[in-house]
Amino acid sequence: MTDTNPGAITSEVVAHLASLARIALTDEEIEKLAGDLGAIVDSIAKVSEVATDEIPATSHPIPLSNVYRADVPGVTLTTEQALAGAPEHDGSRFAVSAILGDEQ
Amino acid sequence: MAEANELTRMSASDLAGRLSSGDVSSVEATQAHLDRISAVDGDINAFLHVSTDALANAKRIDERRAAGESLGEFAGVPIAIKDVLCTIDMPTTAGSKILEGWVPPYDATPVAKLRAAGLIALGKTNMDEFAMGSSTEHSAYGPTKNPWDLGRIPGGSGGGSAAAVAAFEAPLALGSDTGGSIRQPASVTGSVGVKPTYGGVSRYGAIALASSLDQVGPVSRTVLDAAMLHDVIGGHDPRDSTSLNEQWPSFAAAARAGAAAESLKGLRIGVIKQLDSPGFQAGVSQRFHEALQLLTDFGAEIVEVDAPHFEYAVAAYYLILPAEASSNLAKFDSVRFGLRVTPEGGGTVEDVMAATREAGFGPEVKRRIILGTYALSAGYYDAYYGSAQKVRTLIQRDFAAAFEKADVLVSPSAPTTAFKFGEKLEDPMAMYLNDVTTIPANLAGVPGMGLPMGLAPEDGLPTGFQIMAPARGDARLYELGATLERLLELQWGHTLPSQVPSLG
Repeated sequence: MTDTNPGAITSEVVAHLASLARIALTDEEIEKLAGDLGAIVDSIAKVSEVATDEIPATSHPIPLSNVYRADVPGVTLTTEQALAGAPEHDGSRFAVSAILGDEQ
Repeated sequence: MAEANELTRMSASDLAGRLSSGDVSSVEATQAHLDRISAVDGDINAFLHVSTDALANAKRIDERRAAGESLGEFAGVPIAIKDVLCTIDMPTTAGSKILEGWVPPYDATPVAKLRAAGLIALGKTNMDEFAMGSSTEHSAYGPTKNPWDLGRIPGGSGGGSAAAVAAFEAPLALGSDTGGSIRQPASVTGSVGVKPTYGGVSRYGAIALASSLDQVGPVSRTVLDAAMLHDVIGGHDPRDSTSLNEQWPSFAAAARAGAAAESLKGLRIGVIKQLDSPGFQAGVSQRFHEALQLLTDFGAEIVEVDAPHFEYAVAAYYLILPAEASSNLAKFDSVRFGLRVTPEGGGTVEDVMAATREAGFGPEVKRRIILGTYALSAGYYDAYYGSAQKVRTLIQRDFAAAFEKADVLVSPSAPTTAFKFGEKLEDPMAMYLNDVTTIPANLAGVPGMGLPMGLAPEDGLPTGFQIMAPARGDARLYELGATLERLLELQWGHTLPSQVPSLG
């Protein structure tokens, strides 16, 4: 697979995917993953050999439909329980750094 | 000392009998296992956390029993819990640094059911990070060693649960199986493991890897023990919308019937051509064919079945799993629980999230998240994820056709015996192909069991026999599994787990 192949997993592609997945990969990781993923995708692309148009897709092994519970209040976590594992909170809310950067 | 040794080596059902007769207390049984963990787990590393409440919980069961309370069959029996299952009283990490020290605010349903039945949680077992792996080498807390050979992998992702049971650190354990994480570790450690029918055991509180594939199930040293544990953890749970709302038969009764069977006359056992491969290790194939002969001699009819699309199963799985995992693992965002790493000089919540996920996830988790993100991205979705879902249909059709010709399907549980540490770590595809025997059952949602079928002549390591049944037909696994276990043990003159080298 070369960089001219439109489907090739280049370092630029991995860097873009990593930003979509919110993982701040290092340059070394990006290089390594580009190689790893290229080999993996070459092996798994064979699914398209047998996946013809007339075959329906299966998303769930044992289909169930209309799974609803009764519309009555249930037991939920207390605020303390919900916040117990938070890296930072103010007693009633999760605390995070700025949502928007300067340029936004 | 001899007594304590005996307590750790007996099956869970035998121990349960000794507990209910008052011959042994739960405190004694629990202490014996805690002592065993202290003695050998430095070498094995099966446990990520050992409970500090186990003895107090055991004492409470002893008191309730003494007060004449009617208790469940397994009340007072110790058990190990895979660290993928949430426990309100113990840290739950799924083998990841991103969850180091996290104590969940609730119990997973299978854990809650264990507690209600009076089982004693000994601790949490090691696993590949977020259950991504076949060797435990991807655990952020170091690998678990195989009790049969400390230089070899115990399988994965549930290597900790399998090794704990094989090393007599616990008579029972819970596992989870997304592509073989219960059955493959059972195979390479000489233990028993079952992946129930998808939806047969609640996944509420099991940290999700791939939601359309994950299933929680029992790990043990005997078929009857697995059946009894399945009876405890199974059944409908309104908190899991994929949970099947139906009545299940007693799997313990199925195992007891199988152990007592006088013949297998009338049973059609299908050997899947594609999973009886010349590429498998010679000793694995040899033991598999010897087991088939034993079943034939006992009256079973062996039929060859063709499953032409199984050769696409690994490829489909490694598209579906990363796609679902990339979505499921988005919850590890540094906001509500787990690790938070702030980049130098600060940054927005998105920068913090990216820095946290970079620091908190190991290489295999990153690899699969990026792969899943790729498979789901616009332009590739139809070619990859869409095609993989169609392959899933084809594999289900293969199973349906095979179950027309056979009552159960069989294969080796894994293509090889335990491999050495490092052997496949740098070659992800080689590691992935290790799951070729177990993945089809997950894609189709059918139940599968792995049980020992002897030691491979060339290396003296355990090999596993896999049985699969139609969806909801889990009882057939226990019935045939118990028959085969008895026939093999009659031939050997001992159980397989009893042959593990002494440790500590």
